[in-house]
Amino acid sequence: MSMLERSTDVDARHAPGVNGKTAQSAVQAGWDEPVLEAVNLRKVFPLRQLAFWRTQRGVKAVEDVSLALRPGRCTALVGESGSGKTTVARLLARLYGYTSGEIRFRGQHISRSTTVGLRKYRRYVQLIFQDPFSSLNPVHTVKYHLRRPLRIHGHARTAAEADQQIRHLLERVNLTPAEQFMEKFPHQLSGGQRQRVAIARALAAQPEVLLADEPVSMLDVSIRLDVLNLLLSLKEKERLALLYITHDIASARYFADETMVMYAGQMVEGGPSEAVTQSPRHPYTQLLLQAAPDPDRMLTGQMDAESSLVARGEPPSLINPPSGCRFHPRCPYAMAVCRTAFPPRTDLGGGHWTHCYLYGEPAAVATQSAT
Amino acid sequence: MAMENVLEVKHVSVDYGSASGAVHAVDDVSFNLKRGQILGLAGESGSGKSTLAYAVARLLRPPAVVTQGQMLYYPRPGLEDKNEDDSLSPIDLLELTPAELRNFRWRKLSIVFQSAMNALNPVLSIETQIVDVLQAHNPSMPRKAQKARAAELVRMVGIAPDRLHAYPHELSGGMRQRAVIAIALALNPEIIIMDEPTTALDVVVQREILAEIMGLRKDFGFSVIFITHDLSLLLEIADQVAIMYAGRIVETATREQLYRHPRHPYTYGLLHSFPSLHGARRSMLGIPGSPPDLRAVPPGCAFNPRCSFAFGACQTAVPALLTPSSEAPEQRVACHLYDASLNPDGVPSKLRAAEPAQPDDSPLALRKGEVQ
Repeated sequence: MSMLERSTDVDARHAPGVNGKTAQSAVQAGWDEPVLEAVNLRKVFPLRQLAFWRTQRGVKAVEDVSLALRPGRCTALVGESGSGKTTVARLLARLYGYTSGEIRFRGQHISRSTTVGLRKYRRYVQLIFQDPFSSLNPVHTVKYHLRRPLRIHGHARTAAEADQQIRHLLERVNLTPAEQFMEKFPHQLSGGQRQRVAIARALAAQPEVLLADEPVSMLDVSIRLDVLNLLLSLKEKERLALLYITHDIASARYFADETMVMYAGQMVEGGPSEAVTQSPRHPYTQLLLQAAPDPDRMLTGQMDAESSLVARGEPPSLINPPSGCRFHPRCPYAMAVCRTAFPPRTDLGGGHWTHCYLYGEPAAVATQSAT
Repeated sequence: MAMENVLEVKHVSVDYGSASGAVHAVDDVSFNLKRGQILGLAGESGSGKSTLAYAVARLLRPPAVVTQGQMLYYPRPGLEDKNEDDSLSPIDLLELTPAELRNFRWRKLSIVFQSAMNALNPVLSIETQIVDVLQAHNPSMPRKAQKARAAELVRMVGIAPDRLHAYPHELSGGMRQRAVIAIALALNPEIIIMDEPTTALDVVVQREILAEIMGLRKDFGFSVIFITHDLSLLLEIADQVAIMYAGRIVETATREQLYRHPRHPYTYGLLHSFPSLHGARRSMLGIPGSPPDLRAVPPGCAFNPRCSFAFGACQTAVPALLTPSSEAPEQRVACHLYDASLNPDGVPSKLRAAEPAQPDDSPLALRKGEVQ
């Protein structure tokens, strides 16, 4: 953890243990080294059970998730409810301890404990919650919410210093005039303003990584864009690594450089947002895109709400998930091999990858059985 | 299907009484619902869309009061059940006595509530809840027939028959919503109000439910008032769309007209607020500011503080819902920009453009694929 204390030592970022493949593709695309990385992350929430002689059961919420967040880049994590996307954010924020795998911050191993060195870690990694109506304390003013992280992380030593920084923070999230907002209570603010306060609170720690868990899904349509644009400009200006968790794949296309799709705790596809949304490869991504509302369909003539989806049904229970690829019970192209083992990662070029047997080595077999 | 009106809402206003005076949640709203049509009501939270729908169902309780207006319901000619006077004269829903209202609700108009979790009784099985509805409105129906009808309804909305005896907690969110739709269909109503029926659901399930609704509408020919804040969804399913802002309808048009040529600056902003999935990336503008507090609605056009085209008249006079051009007689908009006497400069070029989807750069595939 000593490395966390010195902040931006460039050499420290090139720590050993960086995944060879990701490092290579990063160099190709001219990206920086990841600041926060998850490698084969797993999380099982144990279930309470009385029969101690039986094997412990658990909710297998996240299975083998790897991702890398880079400074100045936005990575979107897309999935339905129950896909484990929020669990990933909370693992990265260390609200939960992971079961196996590894989290690396600037190449440095991060303990699975949710207490050891947590404050230092949070100084660099901050989480924004979905619901601004419950993430702010109703009995405290905006000023209090922002002063706490400043004091805790030692950015402000005196009250005057804190006040000045709070003013600056509020200006950064476009809550002006700052003086007026400082003394307000959460109930005096609209949803969009509350979410801005939540963002300002995260920024108060001066983080390098911002984990935004559905930051706009509770807001009105006309306000969403403002908040998303704010996050994007912060990302650009301050070179924050941004994880944008959403169920709205269309917004991922616009706001994220890179999009990853999760299904039932597994990563199924990922790559540059444009590639993932415009030429989806995994059957689940295709399903997701087909299901998303899209008025353009009306104009192009393919508008037909009754048009059949590729796959029906709902995501499985994660206590007893399907073996192999968890999508196989719904997948129209499922093969025997899909039931036995989770498909390895297939690189499709240009940083686009998928976990599906339809692509890669046994592709010949796959296309045969699919047709 | 003849396109006569099944419901005409005329100049309806709803106030919520509060300590600081009345809050006008719905202000002088008129619309027509045609038989077999899906009318979409879109608006942000606080725009009055749910209040309006509940006013139509006469479900509002004090402090909400319908202060003015008429809601005329036209019974279907030649309807089999003749358990009331079968005259074809319109019925004003606001004049109904409690007994008549009981007869009207569910038989003629039913509601699908937003949260299926709360709409269903957790301690009764799905079958019991459907039979309950039949029993309440059709007590003469034999028990066996009621159960058979329950099974039929459940099958219609795509729930496996063996789930009939399941309790709500045993069903997934999508299945619960289907069960609620089955209950709404129980008496074969003519109008179904759907209040954000898919908001709490995932996109894939949402798509399935919508397909189900479209299919059922084809089979049974009911009309739908579909309330949602998701304009992109509405543009896919609704025949007619009404956009609400601060308790008023600011624009109403068919979905094609609305999408191709939004006239009201608010509609224009809304259409540029959600990202598109296909085609070129279009510029997204959003709308500055936030929706008004209904306790202190700005004078004149309620949208004027957020409107980039606002001029003098917008702050003083409330615009009426008028037809902006003879090319689109169905489209009506409440905006002073289209009033030549107030705005001699003419409509801003942005709102004149025939395409809502202004591409960022290159001409896009979307335009080529477009018919006409």
